[in-house]
Amino acid sequence: MSGFTGFAVRRTVSAVLTLLALSVIIYVVFYATPGNVAQITCGPRCSPEQVHQVAQQLRLDDPLYLRYWHFLQGMVVGHDYSTGTSVEHCPAPCLGLSYQSDQQVTQIILNKLPVSLSLVVGGMVLWLLLGVGTGVLSAWRRGRFSERALTGVTLAGVATPAFVIGLVLMIVVCGQLELLPFPEYVPFSDDPEQWMWGLLLPWVTLALGEAAYFARLTRASMLETLAEDHIRTFRAYGVGERSIVGRHALRGALAPIIALNANDFGSAVGGAVLIESLFGLPGIGQELVHAVTVVDLPVVVGMVLVIGFFVVLANAVADVLYAVADRRVVLA
Amino acid sequence: MSEALVAAEIPGATAPGISGARQFWRRLRAQRAAMVAAGVVALLVLVALAAPLLTALEGQDPTTYHPSLVDSARGGVPIGSFGGVSGDHWLGVEPQTGRDLFARLVYGARVSLGVALGATAVQVLLGVVVGVAAALGNRWVDQLLSRVTDIIVAMPLMIMALALLAIVPENFPRPILVALVIGFVAWGTIGKIARAQTLTLKELDYVAAARLSGWGTWRIARRELLPGLAAPVITYAALMVPANISIEASLSFLGVGVKPPTASWGQMLSSANVWYQAAPQYLLLPAAALFVTVLALTVLGDGVRTALDPRAASRLRVGTGRKREARSDLSGAAEPGPANAKEAIS
Repeated sequence: MSGFTGFAVRRTVSAVLTLLALSVIIYVVFYATPGNVAQITCGPRCSPEQVHQVAQQLRLDDPLYLRYWHFLQGMVVGHDYSTGTSVEHCPAPCLGLSYQSDQQVTQIILNKLPVSLSLVVGGMVLWLLLGVGTGVLSAWRRGRFSERALTGVTLAGVATPAFVIGLVLMIVVCGQLELLPFPEYVPFSDDPEQWMWGLLLPWVTLALGEAAYFARLTRASMLETLAEDHIRTFRAYGVGERSIVGRHALRGALAPIIALNANDFGSAVGGAVLIESLFGLPGIGQELVHAVTVVDLPVVVGMVLVIGFFVVLANAVADVLYAVADRRVVLA
Repeated sequence: MSEALVAAEIPGATAPGISGARQFWRRLRAQRAAMVAAGVVALLVLVALAAPLLTALEGQDPTTYHPSLVDSARGGVPIGSFGGVSGDHWLGVEPQTGRDLFARLVYGARVSLGVALGATAVQVLLGVVVGVAAALGNRWVDQLLSRVTDIIVAMPLMIMALALLAIVPENFPRPILVALVIGFVAWGTIGKIARAQTLTLKELDYVAAARLSGWGTWRIARRELLPGLAAPVITYAALMVPANISIEASLSFLGVGVKPPTASWGQMLSSANVWYQAAPQYLLLPAAALFVTVLALTVLGDGVRTALDPRAASRLRVGTGRKREARSDLSGAAEPGPANAKEAIS
């Protein structure tokens, strides 16, 4: 067991280091760009005095490493910004101020986070069910027509960009057939039922694209396991086909599914940006698109870091789960 | 250093005595789906290249407004059936502006394919340079480059591309910019592949022999390592092309990629979003174009992988009992490989 604990600790340390490295890269890329950073950050409508104040708050006279250090300090212990007449306190984890919307970046993100988390987590449940189910089914029906049909459908799912699926679904399901209301976000705490109905179509859209990868992976790893010796032994002992496919072969597919799920979390967050914009859900993605359009640098940097945090977290959790599913990993 | 020696060591390359390219073609041609896909892709490339000719044939261009063809009283809906389809405008006109849809669609093919290919080239270049440098450099170089690669792999492409588009210069040609941005955020996996493959290759005898005969690192990398990298890198790059098309379309759909008046399929979908009831074909045309293109490129990419690495491909087919493949030369390597199906499919 100590080998496992050691593995978990090593993995956590490496996750923290990765996040630090990410923050350095992001900070340098965005704040060492050519051009007047203070003017860009403040926005096109700022007066010279305001730009000057922003330059002071961002400490643009300091060398880059010092500025980064202050940024890091803000995240850990918070930050006080002097606005000339008063002092604005930005509690930890402080990601800076958005001068264009006159809000703290952390606050903007916290306001939008529930929407995005609802979308991605709900979508994840759906794509795991849908993808693994399809994969199991096509491994079970291997060589028959239904397997070929499923393989074709999943290939089409892989090939279609998520927003195209979403557009078509919205037009057909909401517009033409009027089976569902047009998606909108209702907070879970307000009305769980409305929350679910409003997010159903976005979930399905997100899940359809991702599920295809899971179906392909599940099918591939199950077929691989089915060819192994121990399965032949099971067969020789007279274990039923349903039990072999559903229990023993699926176990072989478990570890790679966990690994792919971590990878996919990242791509789903990217896909969520599109889905939020498409369906008008007020989440992180929509805010990021807005921030990019108006070049609100502190918000862009903050968003990327927060998303990076979740991606790194998902990967670390997946690695630990992977080790639980397949103990050989710990030894490696 | 003969090519046969190189080839014998890397997965998916040719057996000694048969030219690698010829074997590759033979294996690719054996796959019916991939050949159909290749035909579709060839047609699309042809359409993209011949866009000025095709639109000249139609007598239109993608940017001229035709206000007389839209009904301004009804908010700019195209006049006539099926969104204004006529002998002059083969696929109708764009709502509000009256720009010719056929012209925008074929010029959009140029942008979609061009940006995707450009982005793939950047990804291959960056990935191979960083991967080979990490594998050949000392421990610190390797650590640094590998960490950066890990981060690039982990971060969502869409997010990074979006964020980068916030700080790029406005006055630069947009399609080139989008290709560069997609290239810069998505080279990680090729970097990892290139590093792993170089680490394997550099231990081989023929590389040691080259080193002993006094060749420099650069010459060894170029003459001895790069040919060995070709198969795995091409395999992955072939699958990156359709992915890049999707990313470009997505970014343009969000309004931060290719911007009007330049036509791109994603940009068309973005403006068609609100018109789906009045002019459904405005939305369906670019959606169908995207679907067909990405599907054809994905199938072709799968075929290229099967042709270059039959071992990985045959792993996926264990137990499917398809007769045609059992007869082909692919079944020779049917023993299940290491349990890494993830690499094999993703």
